[in-house]
Amino acid sequence: MSAALIVLIGVLFASGTFLLLQRSLTRIILGVGIMANAVNVLILSIGARAGEAPIIGRDGEFTDPVPQALVLTAIVIGFGITAFLLALAWRGWTIDGNDDVEDDDEDKRVASAKPLLGGTEVPGDYQ
Amino acid sequence: MFVLLFAHFIVATAALTVLKSRPRVSAVLGICVFVATIIATLQWGRTTDGVREVSFNWIGDLGLSLHLRLDSFAVMMVLIISVLGALVLAYSLAYFDPDETTARFTGFFIAFAGVMSGLVMSADLFTMFVFWELTSVLSFLLIGLHSESGHARASALRALLVTGAGGLCLLAGVALFQVELGTTSFQELANMAPTGTVITVAAILVLLGAFTKSAQFPFHFWLPGAMAAPTPVSAYLHSATMVKAGIVLMARMSPIFGDLDVWRWMVVVAGGITMVLGGVRAMYATDAKLLLAHSTVSQLGFLGILAGIGIPGATYAAVVHLAAHAVFKAALFLSVGAVDHAVGSRDIRTLSGVGRQMPLVAILATLSAASMAGIIPLFGFATKEKALAVLLKADDKVGAVGNVALAFVVVGAVLSTAYSVRFVRGVFGTKKDCAPSHVHHAPSFLLVAPVVLLSSASLIAGLFAKQTGHLFDAVATTLSPEATGKLALWPGVNTALIVSVIVVAVGAAIGYVFPLAATARELPVTGDKVYLSLLQGILTGSKKITKYTQNGSLQTYVVVTMGVVIATLMYSLATDQLPHFDNMVIADSPLQFGVVVLCIVLTGVVTFTAHRFVAALLLGGVGFAIAVIFALFGAPDLALTQILVETIVLVVFLLVLRQLPSKFERSIKGSARTAQIVFSVSVGLVVALFALLVGNSRQAPSVGEEYITRSSPQGGGNNVVNVILVDFRGVDTMGEITVLAVAALGVANLVNMARRQRKPKVVEASQ
Repeated sequence: MSAALIVLIGVLFASGTFLLLQRSLTRIILGVGIMANAVNVLILSIGARAGEAPIIGRDGEFTDPVPQALVLTAIVIGFGITAFLLALAWRGWTIDGNDDVEDDDEDKRVASAKPLLGGTEVPGDYQ
Repeated sequence: MFVLLFAHFIVATAALTVLKSRPRVSAVLGICVFVATIIATLQWGRTTDGVREVSFNWIGDLGLSLHLRLDSFAVMMVLIISVLGALVLAYSLAYFDPDETTARFTGFFIAFAGVMSGLVMSADLFTMFVFWELTSVLSFLLIGLHSESGHARASALRALLVTGAGGLCLLAGVALFQVELGTTSFQELANMAPTGTVITVAAILVLLGAFTKSAQFPFHFWLPGAMAAPTPVSAYLHSATMVKAGIVLMARMSPIFGDLDVWRWMVVVAGGITMVLGGVRAMYATDAKLLLAHSTVSQLGFLGILAGIGIPGATYAAVVHLAAHAVFKAALFLSVGAVDHAVGSRDIRTLSGVGRQMPLVAILATLSAASMAGIIPLFGFATKEKALAVLLKADDKVGAVGNVALAFVVVGAVLSTAYSVRFVRGVFGTKKDCAPSHVHHAPSFLLVAPVVLLSSASLIAGLFAKQTGHLFDAVATTLSPEATGKLALWPGVNTALIVSVIVVAVGAAIGYVFPLAATARELPVTGDKVYLSLLQGILTGSKKITKYTQNGSLQTYVVVTMGVVIATLMYSLATDQLPHFDNMVIADSPLQFGVVVLCIVLTGVVTFTAHRFVAALLLGGVGFAIAVIFALFGAPDLALTQILVETIVLVVFLLVLRQLPSKFERSIKGSARTAQIVFSVSVGLVVALFALLVGNSRQAPSVGEEYITRSSPQGGGNNVVNVILVDFRGVDTMGEITVLAVAALGVANLVNMARRQRKPKVVEASQ
């Protein structure tokens, strides 16, 4: 197997992770895109050896068609996710004029709020 | 009989839905169901000697079925439930105004009676557990009937949590029995007479469930709080019926497990403490209803000892005293309700001269209180004599634990007499330093009639104790064949009578001189305080866990997710054997090497550039480079698809970016950024290592070879990848298309929403 592809996989994963950790939704989408490519190359390169395209009638040693079928599906689904995220980014922009991913307000409220259950005290007489 | 059980639920459902605006109609319907149940039960009890059983298959595969069995003990309990149910429901007609709350009360009340009847008829522990939980839920709804009151809600929640925790213990016990013995039926358990550590643990778990339901120490504290419920609810659920569920369970189980030392000691110690503690608290209560609540706790302790100690005679005493208690305690609660209704107060420090103005209620309540105090010739006297006589001889049968039980019961009985006297003196007596209470109106017929019936029942059952005693023969022998006994109005002068006379004399004296306004010192540790701190602890603890696991930051979630991925990868890489690296090459072809280098450079720029436009454009570049890699690898289909997809994504990306500023505004700096880089690089390294090892680890040939041979003859196509996608794995492709369709719907919605919202903004700007 090709050492160059292994290096490429490492670089793509590192870059994808770094971009996913950023605040800007645009960079997160970039990260998703890079990460999707990384996974596709990973599946293909560890699942098959480079060779002739698996089309009956061609000469030479065929490469394994199964990883290709998996990756083909993955490419299309990655496209769906990217398109949805882009629409989300646009929608976010029209609402508050930036594309930052803020910490979730609801979660922050839960973490800081007073005890959720009021009125657990019972008048002394009834204890 | 079993049809009537369903009738309860049908009427209850009707009361909560179609008859919502007519609670009186549903109450009358409910009384009809109760009366029908009474008649059917009596009829059955007269005509057959056997036992009627019915079983509903529920989840057959798991061996779960609902199994009901109407034996003599169940008959007695169903009669108590239905008779008291009819009386209390009739009473409630006069007690409540016919509004929406009353409609809810009526519905829950009738449903509760049905569930409780099911509980006492349960032939196995599992069925009992199902009804057991339903009674907890209905009790919760009834305590919290006035849901606008915080106090009612807190009390209801507390009752639910305590009895619910007990229900979980019961469930664990049931599961242990089922796993260990393959059955939870009372009869089969009795036949097997199982022993062993697991069985002991299961029995203790079941006992804990019974303790919570019947308010035994240390779970006694929820019951007084349950008095937030309206008086008819307190009279019915929290003195006569539901709290007896634990006693019923103990009575069913103690013939099987009563010989276990740990069972016997737990029952006696918990019951004894409950009996004395409840008695003492009753002496300090100033609310008449609360006094009765504490007295119920005390009596439940007494019943617990009798039902659980596992002596046949005590089982008989438990059964008769259970009936006696249900009758007198319901009467007492209802008379307090009548006084409350007429005067508007239950405070025994200020009520004065009520007895003179409401003589009938006073006489009836005094009769029932005398039964509670155990004074001849009332029912309570006969049953208490029986209990004392059995416990005086318990020493021979069970040793020291019998003496402990006797000591607790004697102290408890003194307190019983004392708080009975205190109750009568406080509610009906005339106090020198208090103005006479104003009775607004005489209690109506329906408020008094049930009390008349119940109090005279206490008197008649006491006067004819011998005959009454015979009625319970079959009931007690159902539980344990040797549980025979008899009651007597005048047992003759014996030790039990002498003890009893001393008990009553001392108790009456204490009750007479003990100040009505006495206040108890606050105890440093009460069940209630422990409960509250536990509850607070759980709430704070779960908040803390939420705070750390759900802190709302996307970055944290990414780090955790990727961290878990690389940790598991590293673990398996570290533990697996290393493969041989025979097939490694630097690159498959010089061109591949060149494209990979280009791709790495592009990726670096995408990662670090501050310009959105450049980043998006070069992401497309990365995608096209990878398409070339696919093509060189022998995957032309992938290359084609990749080029199409990357082109569309690039166009859409640029369209969206048109709206956004050209540069990224905020980027994380300093040590946080360094940490991000270190983390990302480690992810990359671990995944690369993973690829290196896994890529060289293939041992079996790929399934792909079979696809290649089958492709043309079976799929009719020469492009194997295409045939796999549309033929061999066609369903996967269906799934993929579905995902795309859902994503498309999401995109369309988001875009439409954004458009709609933008229009008015543009108009505003132009104005």
